Amino acid sequence: MTLNGWIQILLFLAAVALVTVPLGRFMAAVFARERTWLDPVLGPIERIIYRLTGVNASHDMRWTEYGLSMLAFSLVSMLGLYALQRLQGVLPFNPQGLPGVAPDLAFNTAASFTTNTNWQAYAGETTMSYLTQMAGLAYQNFMSAAAGIALAIVFIRAIAARERETLGNFWVDMTRATLWVLLPVCLVGALALVSQGVVQNFKPYERVQLVDPQTTTTTDARGQTVAATVTEQVIAQGPVASQEIIKQFGTNGGGFFNANSAHPFENPTPLSNVLAMFAIFAISAGLTATLGQMTQSPRHGWAVWGAMAFLFLAGVTTAYWAEAAGNPLLADTDQQSGAMCPGGNMEGKEARFGIASSVLFATITTDASCGAVNAMHDSFTPLGGLVPLVNMMLGEVIFGGVGAGMYGILIFVVLAVFIAGLMVGRTPEYLGKKIEAFDVQMAMLAVLVVPLVVLVFTGISVVSPAFGTSSIWNPGPHGLTEILYAYTSGAANNGSAFAGLSANTPWYNVTLAASMLVGRFLVIIPMLALAGNLARKNLVPPSLGTFPVTTPLFASLLVGVIVIVGVLTFFPVLSLGPIVEHFLMRAGTTF
Amino acid sequence: MAKTQTLSIWEPALVRAGLVDAVRKLDPRVMVRNPVMFVVEAGAGLTTVLLVSHWFKGAAAFGFELQITLWLWATVLCANLAEAMAEGRGKAQADTLRKARTETFATRRRADGTTETVPAASLRRDDVVIVRPGEFIPSDGEVIEGVASVDESAITGESAPVIREAGGDRSAVTGGTKVLSDGITVRVTADPGHTFLDRMISLVEGAERQKTPNEIALNILLSGLTIVFLMAVVTLQPFAIYAGAPQSIFVLVALLVCLIPTTIGGLLSAIGIAGMDRLIQHNVLAMSGRAVEAAGDVHTLLLDKTGTITLGNRQAAEFLPLPGVTESDLADAAQLASLADETPEGRSIVVLAKQQYGIRGRDLAAHAAVVVPFTAQTRMSGIDLDGREVRKGAADSVAKYVRANGGTPSTELDAIVQRIARAGGTPLVVAERDRVLGVIHLKDVIKGGMRERFTALRAMGIKTVMITGDNPLTAAAIAREAGVDDFLAEATPEDKMALIQREQRSGKLVAMTGDGTNDAPALAQADVGVAMNTGTQAAKEAGNMVDLDSNPTKLIEIVEIGKQLLMTRGTLTTFSIANDVAKYFAIIPAMFLTAYPALDALNIMRLRTPESAILSAVIFNALVIVALVPLALRGVQFTPLPAAALLRRNLLVYGLGGVVAPFAGIKVIDVVITTLGLA
Repeated sequence: MTLNGWIQILLFLAAVALVTVPLGRFMAAVFARERTWLDPVLGPIERIIYRLTGVNASHDMRWTEYGLSMLAFSLVSMLGLYALQRLQGVLPFNPQGLPGVAPDLAFNTAASFTTNTNWQAYAGETTMSYLTQMAGLAYQNFMSAAAGIALAIVFIRAIAARERETLGNFWVDMTRATLWVLLPVCLVGALALVSQGVVQNFKPYERVQLVDPQTTTTTDARGQTVAATVTEQVIAQGPVASQEIIKQFGTNGGGFFNANSAHPFENPTPLSNVLAMFAIFAISAGLTATLGQMTQSPRHGWAVWGAMAFLFLAGVTTAYWAEAAGNPLLADTDQQSGAMCPGGNMEGKEARFGIASSVLFATITTDASCGAVNAMHDSFTPLGGLVPLVNMMLGEVIFGGVGAGMYGILIFVVLAVFIAGLMVGRTPEYLGKKIEAFDVQMAMLAVLVVPLVVLVFTGISVVSPAFGTSSIWNPGPHGLTEILYAYTSGAANNGSAFAGLSANTPWYNVTLAASMLVGRFLVIIPMLALAGNLARKNLVPPSLGTFPVTTPLFASLLVGVIVIVGVLTFFPVLSLGPIVEHFLMRAGTTF
Repeated sequence: MAKTQTLSIWEPALVRAGLVDAVRKLDPRVMVRNPVMFVVEAGAGLTTVLLVSHWFKGAAAFGFELQITLWLWATVLCANLAEAMAEGRGKAQADTLRKARTETFATRRRADGTTETVPAASLRRDDVVIVRPGEFIPSDGEVIEGVASVDESAITGESAPVIREAGGDRSAVTGGTKVLSDGITVRVTADPGHTFLDRMISLVEGAERQKTPNEIALNILLSGLTIVFLMAVVTLQPFAIYAGAPQSIFVLVALLVCLIPTTIGGLLSAIGIAGMDRLIQHNVLAMSGRAVEAAGDVHTLLLDKTGTITLGNRQAAEFLPLPGVTESDLADAAQLASLADETPEGRSIVVLAKQQYGIRGRDLAAHAAVVVPFTAQTRMSGIDLDGREVRKGAADSVAKYVRANGGTPSTELDAIVQRIARAGGTPLVVAERDRVLGVIHLKDVIKGGMRERFTALRAMGIKTVMITGDNPLTAAAIAREAGVDDFLAEATPEDKMALIQREQRSGKLVAMTGDGTNDAPALAQADVGVAMNTGTQAAKEAGNMVDLDSNPTKLIEIVEIGKQLLMTRGTLTTFSIANDVAKYFAIIPAMFLTAYPALDALNIMRLRTPESAILSAVIFNALVIVALVPLALRGVQFTPLPAAALLRRNLLVYGLGGVVAPFAGIKVIDVVITTLGLA
């Protein structure tokens, strides 16, 4: 570990801290429909949208109507994306003439982008036409992120409400999340990315002559070895910057290219790398301040922020330590860091990012349910790879996906407050809302879903040689981790891939799509029911007998509950995956 | 505060009866009401079936499997024992009482004064009975003649006798208790089947105990955790197969039972029963567990001034003479006017005169005195003696009297009267015919220790409101002196009701005590309404608790018991979950040691063998339930602290302690069983 590395990590966290309050207050104003400085431009557009779509902006919805609207909207979006992929061969903006996508892959991708997961069982540049990328995938990047923000706002509104049945209007929240929050930041961010060299065009792929032609050997159909000389390279193009920026701000993570943020056209410079990481956390961090603002308890917002920041630092420290320590089996290799050498375990990492920026990116992208990657997690040391996996297993609440992180952590807050309340001899209250049987029931349902999906599908896959283990590239504990990572990534709606798993098979395409849908919508439904129930309650005024949710003690308790629930659920399988792999590596065995 | 218990927790008779009940409770139809322990029983059943088949086949690890199975059953029995013992304590008391109820005969006094012997069960309300030393009091009632020391241990568990006497606060007696010395005459206040005894028996054994709201919520959390661990353990088998180390069902069930929250699951209902039991030990009868829980949530306590905050009576504090009158003259006149006054106020004037001016009592008969008693019309009392005519009374009445005799009350008098009223006292003006002598300052005397209790309540975040019929000036002064947060002066029952509703509208929970019929609506409206046993039937029916001691201050203890009940559940839940960390470190390396010897690095307790590791964890898991029975029955220690401080303490003790304790416990058990050669 180097001083330079630590400065990068801490400066990053400082930048996130700085943007929290301004962005959070701005969002609070946007969703309270107060006036903001963007109103002169966006106000008229908003009104036109409502007039064209026939939305009655003053209609307030109960949680059931809100939920049904969200489900209907997601279903239609998903079907649209499926159709677009299947039909892309006959549609315009397809200079490479890419054919329609196979049904199971199209289904998987449609589910993936609708759920803000952006699991990619395909390589972007060889599968998706420009039209699919823009009108299908980028569109979903915006909509799934906007839906996440809207749902987080609903939960916050419910906490702040006093004896109310309604929680707001889904269509209005979606529109305002898109127009006021996502579009402006993406517009500015995309231009910044272009300035760093991210491409933005509709050109067909370029063929360029190699400076140094290469000779490769392949085996032909008759078993004869054939030598071939490669003299040119195909360089993929496309409208990348516009999709790249929402991929980060919306914590979607689906890369335009297969190499994702390790590709020089997606992430060309250290500055674009920092911008990407900042964008991943920005809105989720801001939402903690929105929580503080809307519940009139800014310090509660900071307590939640603090719990998230603690878990983030714990993760990045572990991963950085593991990667910087390198591989003990290469004891005779110089793995010390120096002016000309990053040191540590550089396998699978981009030389232009080095160790610190790679582990930082890996931690951030799995803390938030982004899933963009700038290094191969599969090539991390066992403990370095454990960190992204655990981050996802904790429920994507360390800042988390835009909106999803907020409502996810609020569910943990409800559980933490429940236990704390009992421990101080009071019916538990959260910001004046009594937490009762129904609330605990919904919170537990929401927490149960992800582990259930991950453990069941991973369990089936590891004992099924025909369709399960046949896809893994490495034997032993590492192979188990590859499958476990895939389902965790899917169910937690992260979308990053560990690599080392051929996931574009009917079994994985269908079950991963199911994991993603269940992991998103079966969390949202109990969450909304919980919100609806909380909104109905009266607010109990705080007293000294009320456990304060603004203190470091509360933040520690919240961290404790998140870690205990996550670790207790996944410890057995982790001990057979990355943990045993770590001990085996130290004993001299790798996979 | 907490009374000594006559029944120790490990009372052999209780444990014996509990063990029998514990076995009886194995019935799956009973167990299913406790989801966590039902899972354990199902696991134990499964391993038993496998064990039988292995016995016929002759499995290699039979000894280990047998021990696991036995300990799994022991876990279920330990949990059942905890519940049975909690119930048993109440039952044992009720059984004694039922015996008393059926076997007692009563000496009933007829209207003509003659007596007859009748069965206690035939007594009706308003019958008058005579109870002699050594006899049981046949029914609930009120002492109308005599004083007696009464042994109430049968109901309250308190072995020290209490005094019951005619008149005053301690006149209520309970059927089934025993007169130790002296005789009393009791007017029966309850019809057969409606005595405290009947109600207590039905509470303990009658209809199934209703789960309280927080208990239901906690049960959901525990069931949820059980499902999580069930998933984790069931899916562990495919991972184990992939790793080349398929696990035996015995080991998997052992892991599951260790992980699910059996500690709290096994003790949950015992905690609830014990909470109700603690209330009964404090002589409070709660109509529902819901009310006990609500007591822990109370934000606002409404306390009647008289009898709760202050002693029942005002007392003379000083003599304030008008100009031209000496203090001793005033004291002398005041004493004269009060000699025949048998009210506590009157007696306190005589006492003060004697303490401050050495004025002794006088023999009224020798002076041919004429006593003028207090009437509602004159609102004065006094005495005519040796030609003197001394009066004392309310300022305006005495002024009228002086004017009628041709005198003029001075402006100084007004000033003194105003000053006393502002200070929260009652001015009593003393006059002799046309001349006002001065004023006696009657003061409310705050009960000892009340200020400290209110401070403690404030630290717990509970607001105290004093209810009084006094004017706002007086009320404010007393409120300040007693240290209550707020007061309601010149309170009518309607005002009281309005205050409760206002607090409830803003989301607060209100507790109050009351005894009069006009308190009944407010008692019904309050979230916790404690009726005094000496109070009217209407009040008792409206409230959700009855205090047999008729001590309004007890509200404070009720709040503490409510809090303690929730805290015990919360802390044991935390402890139970925190335990899992150590159990993982014991069992997981043991399970996979053959497939992955490298995992021994996780065996940080250095447990001897895989079998001893798993067995130790299971044994620890069963024994910890028994070890925590006393805590569950007594409740965790409660200190009035702000919530944040309480949480910090409980997290340290039960959270951190819950992580550390099993590491030590499992290690010790491992050493013991390997030494004994059991694994």
